[in-house]
Amino acid sequence: MLRSILGKSLRAIPKRAESEAVGAWGEIYGPEHLQMQDSLRKIIEQDINPNVPEWEKAGIYPAHEVMKKLGSAGFLGTSHPEEYGGMGLDYSYTVAVSETLGEIKCGGIPMSIGVQFEMATPALGKFGSETVCEEFLRPSIAGDKVACLGVSEVHAGSDVAQIKTTAKSDGDDYIINGQKMWITNGIQADWCCLLANTSDGPVHKSKSLICVPMDLPGVIRAKKIEKIGMWSSDTAQLWFEDVRVPKKYIIGEEGSGFIYQMIQFQQERIFAMASAISGLENCINETINYTRERQAFGKSVLDNQYIHFQLAELQTEVELLRALLYRVTAMYVNGEDATKLASMGKLKTGRLIREVADKCLQMWGGMGYTLENPVSQQFRDGRLASVGGGADEIMLQIICKLMDILPKGTKLV
Amino acid sequence: MVRVAVGVKRVIDYAVKIRVKPDGSGVVKDSVKHSMNPFCEIAVEEAVRLKEKKIAKEIVAFTIGPKQSAETLRTALAMGCDRGVHVNVDQAQLDALTPLQISKMAAKIAETEAADLLLMGKLAIDGDYGQTAAMTAAILDWPQATNLYSLQHNGDSATVEREIDGGLETNEIKTPAVLSVDLRINQPRYATLPNIMKAKKKKVKAVKPADLGVDVAPTLNVIKVAEPPVRAAGEIVEDVDTLISKLKDAGRI
Repeated sequence: MLRSILGKSLRAIPKRAESEAVGAWGEIYGPEHLQMQDSLRKIIEQDINPNVPEWEKAGIYPAHEVMKKLGSAGFLGTSHPEEYGGMGLDYSYTVAVSETLGEIKCGGIPMSIGVQFEMATPALGKFGSETVCEEFLRPSIAGDKVACLGVSEVHAGSDVAQIKTTAKSDGDDYIINGQKMWITNGIQADWCCLLANTSDGPVHKSKSLICVPMDLPGVIRAKKIEKIGMWSSDTAQLWFEDVRVPKKYIIGEEGSGFIYQMIQFQQERIFAMASAISGLENCINETINYTRERQAFGKSVLDNQYIHFQLAELQTEVELLRALLYRVTAMYVNGEDATKLASMGKLKTGRLIREVADKCLQMWGGMGYTLENPVSQQFRDGRLASVGGGADEIMLQIICKLMDILPKGTKLV
Repeated sequence: MVRVAVGVKRVIDYAVKIRVKPDGSGVVKDSVKHSMNPFCEIAVEEAVRLKEKKIAKEIVAFTIGPKQSAETLRTALAMGCDRGVHVNVDQAQLDALTPLQISKMAAKIAETEAADLLLMGKLAIDGDYGQTAAMTAAILDWPQATNLYSLQHNGDSATVEREIDGGLETNEIKTPAVLSVDLRINQPRYATLPNIMKAKKKKVKAVKPADLGVDVAPTLNVIKVAEPPVRAAGEIVEDVDTLISKLKDAGRI
């Protein structure tokens, strides 16, 4: 089904040249990917990481400043259309960016940047009219406007079909009423990629994706949510009270919003996988360094078989996740439906982060329980992965459906 | 406007913890991250700035190394150099080359590429020799200025500030010249993605040491490589008199 929808996309999905064919099982990065990652790494090391402790304490980071830096270097539009300032490269470049973002020393900032280029904008790039692309996609790629994705609501997170926000037709406009919850970048965003009900009827045909400028009358940034982790990322509850938006701000066709969002979700899941890997490896490596130095009962903590064997097990799992990431990327680049593997990858990511953070924290002992510690950071930030971007339980439902093992007659939305 | 040649070298990344091979023949290089020598990056940046100031009309980046050095050259191209020259030697040969042999190659490249200015980093962080720029200038019989803190190109001359022990020394030298850069002269740019893609199309010439008339047979034999001895613990003493007597007892003074 995805293939037929993607077939209707307004712009060609960037494909890799024949001469650079991707092997489904092999490494997917060439010299340009590695060069690009080196450049991005420099920005992270010079301009982002030194400020992370301060931004974590402040509970917010300067999104406009950071997005502008990344946008100017070309990192926010790797697979977005060239007409609007993107690079039009195949998806492996976007994955390479996502992977390197994982080297930021917290979870909040990669997540926020992921929203900008992998969660709030893919549908725009594929299905948006020239009007919306000029108004919203171009400045988002350039890093001039900060984007957010408005899907979840207080009573509808995993159950996306049950969202209640409406966009009622009124002449040439929609009038939007409703609220959104858990909106990353919600406090700083200039526009919102909003999923709303534009008609009654079957739940996956009644919704549309609409670009909503956040400075319109009636858009209220009601609350900044205090979370146990991801502190530098602002998470908002938003209210929409009779917000008037021109109908031309719709993405693609009315009623297709649900399907478009399902497509956006695939990239969100691949982003979750890619951006987790560096943090996982870093957590394991920092734990190796710590336990090598730390002495207890006459030897280093690392010299205990229980410890080094566990670390080996964890690193093995990280390599498996990486291999799955590259396989999913290869499929996506080749235009194949990667839903099953992407869902498996997302499921594994959430669970592996919890396992790695928890086990490594134990190895750090009391130090692991302190705030200024990479392991406790991973413990707090990483816990979100099993909940956000597609909860573990939803991933399991999708995988079961694709394995055809759900009870007969199960209605999956 | 001048043509600038800038030398770049692929070295083990500065952030890597170096490990000596168990047999003491060298350091571990396999599967270890390599990047452009940081001082070479600074030299490339200085060259690109000359082009932006419309002093340089063309920048030729050159490297001497194995096929992986092509990536280092591409980074220079992505930062803004116009074309490249790659002198192919394998890793073992590269490890055995001395600054004199490198300088002879660099001098020849400056001639064949008709460069008016030759820029390099003051040293490479693997060998740490710091000799190549000076030797190349001597071979070319060009004026030289090393360890630059600032560069002002004035056409037939250049005004430079050099970092020396105790401060800065200002020199005025005639050009063409060989210049090597020090840490604080600039902050190198990172290559943007559009420039990385554009660099793919820039031309790179492949050259052999024999084409430059240089013999790469080793003239130096490395007998042993070892880590420095582990630093012994220090000792805190109560007063200056105790310090002096302890130093005397240890035969230090």
